[in-house]
Amino acid sequence: MAGEDATFLRPAPIPPRAPPRGVRGPIPWLRRNLFSSPANTVTTILVLLFLAWTIPPLIRWAFIDAAWTGEDRSVCLDGGACWAFIGAKINLILYGQYPPAERWRVVVVAVLFIAGVVPLAIPKVPGKRWNVVYLLIAFPVIAFMLLTGIGVGLRHVPTDRWGGLFVTLVTAVFGIVISLPLGILLALGRRSRLPVVRWLSAGFIELWRGVPLVAVLFMASVMLPIFLPPGVTFDKLLRAMLCIAIFYSAYMAEVVRGGLQAIPKGQYEGSMALGLSFLQRMRLVIMPQALTVVIPGIVNTFIALFKDTSLIMVIGLFDLLGMLKSATNDSDWASPSVPATAYVFAGLIFWIFCFGLSRYSIFIERRLERGRQRR
Amino acid sequence: MRTVFVAAIIGVTAGLAAVAPASAATLDDVKARGYLQCGVHTGLFGFAEVDNDGEWAGFDVDYCRAIASAIFDDPTAVRFTPLSAAERFTALQSGSIDVLIRITTWTMTRDASLGLTFAGVNYYDGQGFLVPADAGFETVADLDGGTICVQTGTTTELNLADYFNSRGLTFTAIAVAERAEAISAFEAGRCDAFTADASNVASARMTLSSPDRFVVLPDIISKEPLGPMVRIGDDQWLNIVRWTHFALLNAEELGVTMANIGELTASPNPEVQRLLGQSGTAFGEMIGLTNDWVARIIGAVGNYGEIFERNVGGGSPLGIERGLNALWTNGGIQYGMPIR
Repeated sequence: MAGEDATFLRPAPIPPRAPPRGVRGPIPWLRRNLFSSPANTVTTILVLLFLAWTIPPLIRWAFIDAAWTGEDRSVCLDGGACWAFIGAKINLILYGQYPPAERWRVVVVAVLFIAGVVPLAIPKVPGKRWNVVYLLIAFPVIAFMLLTGIGVGLRHVPTDRWGGLFVTLVTAVFGIVISLPLGILLALGRRSRLPVVRWLSAGFIELWRGVPLVAVLFMASVMLPIFLPPGVTFDKLLRAMLCIAIFYSAYMAEVVRGGLQAIPKGQYEGSMALGLSFLQRMRLVIMPQALTVVIPGIVNTFIALFKDTSLIMVIGLFDLLGMLKSATNDSDWASPSVPATAYVFAGLIFWIFCFGLSRYSIFIERRLERGRQRR
Repeated sequence: MRTVFVAAIIGVTAGLAAVAPASAATLDDVKARGYLQCGVHTGLFGFAEVDNDGEWAGFDVDYCRAIASAIFDDPTAVRFTPLSAAERFTALQSGSIDVLIRITTWTMTRDASLGLTFAGVNYYDGQGFLVPADAGFETVADLDGGTICVQTGTTTELNLADYFNSRGLTFTAIAVAERAEAISAFEAGRCDAFTADASNVASARMTLSSPDRFVVLPDIISKEPLGPMVRIGDDQWLNIVRWTHFALLNAEELGVTMANIGELTASPNPEVQRLLGQSGTAFGEMIGLTNDWVARIIGAVGNYGEIFERNVGGGSPLGIERGLNALWTNGGIQYGMPIR
């Protein structure tokens, strides 16, 4: 025994064993994720069948059978999507009935808007303060003058000729810009210690939240002119925009109030103990925290607002959806697939904007919640 | 106290609602404004369409342009207000439009209760039937015992039942909520006929994949007289709208068209002379316009027949027959009161 070499270490590494079967690779992945139990297997098969049933006809409709170019209805009779119709109506969809010779004004305003929003949306770009001043003060004035032609010596374009995506965006941006600050004021008002302010805020919020938006729009469009003295008119688009802004400020107020209530009392008391005034407390301590908490709620409200702008269609204003709907009634383009194509296209545009808003909100949430990592 | 307050509010509201409409002279308002405000449909095949450049076109739209031409000698001096069915009457009552030309059926209730009135009938519509061309149906009576696709909740459904029951005919209705749905059910062969207003049936035919396989039956089973509306209490304005319509009809009857209007001002025919303001009697001035008012209208939009052909008739994809809308001299009931 003594002569034996007593080693406690293996002279050679253990030969690698074959990897356990069914852990890596596509098939085990499938087994683990899609077929892990009888119930999951059934669900997977049902979902696959559903997809096989719906996707090929959809692709066939949207691409294979679709008519991409053409001058009138004759190209759109095969049952596929009629993209040629969208092509023919694209100016209508973008600008509505804005006079063709003046469309450059809408483009200029869009460029000015993007030039203001993009640097504001990218956190690294400096000069946010001036950016906000530009967007909230300079831009609206310039946009108003350019679009209407009032005050700059351009041809006057009344709002009844505005339409399409352009009106959808104007209405949505106006609604968003008004409803957030107004909502914050209402939320603060509702939590105020002054009873009159509190009652008024609560009353305002409950009144606007308690009626359907369509009813509000109808009142503004149909009833209001009856109560105004004869001869007094009030731009229909402006009325609709104000309705949407006020309506959503009530929703926004409740979202913001949720944020305010999530802030521990200690934050209020601590900031008071530092001797900060009410405005300083709100601006420096409470609001930054409260708004961060409710970003998903705020963006949710923005998205709802964006989509609800299409309700102005019911009072005869042509937003993106209204314009498309009206365009389908062109007898040169009357064909079975035109209405479906128009609605799918409108849905796609709305989805792109809303999805963009949603992604940007997630980006901001991640950025602001470094401390409490979002899961 | 509270009741008094509430009563006062209701009183004031009702008072406002009652007095709000219309200053007396719509024509003066329109002239001062520089353009006509015309209420139209938000989009209906042939009657009010928006073309690719965003300009309005259509049968009703041309009536707006005719009135604007009579006043301003400019068919573009119109602002169109697209109106939903629900807001059309209030828009006119409140004065946000001057005239409503939006396929509105002239009924007694509307004439009597709205504070508005009809200036004439520019389109005689009525319920018609669309059937497959090869099915051998020639009249509505041939549909006895068949199935008929109809939109629910419309007067169409009621008219259908009335017509069949009163004649001892039987039918099975397939009633669906949306017009498009009714059309696709029809195209899928679920029913023998599709019924709606005749102008609607013609456009429905266009949205079928092979329109040539279907025909519109000649029978019309209900009365839907469509006409322009104005507020009551301004007879001058009512006359302008009414006589614009009659002028269009008289022009067609006398063969005055957009093409020959230039040479016809020298026509020896006394009726044409009166129509075109060459006779010495100042017809246009009687209703607050100029004497060349008809020449302005016809030069801008053409006569009734031209408007019809261009928008809904043979010159348009809809291809609707003149039918009742032919002149009385051609077997229709469009009858322009004489200008003399």
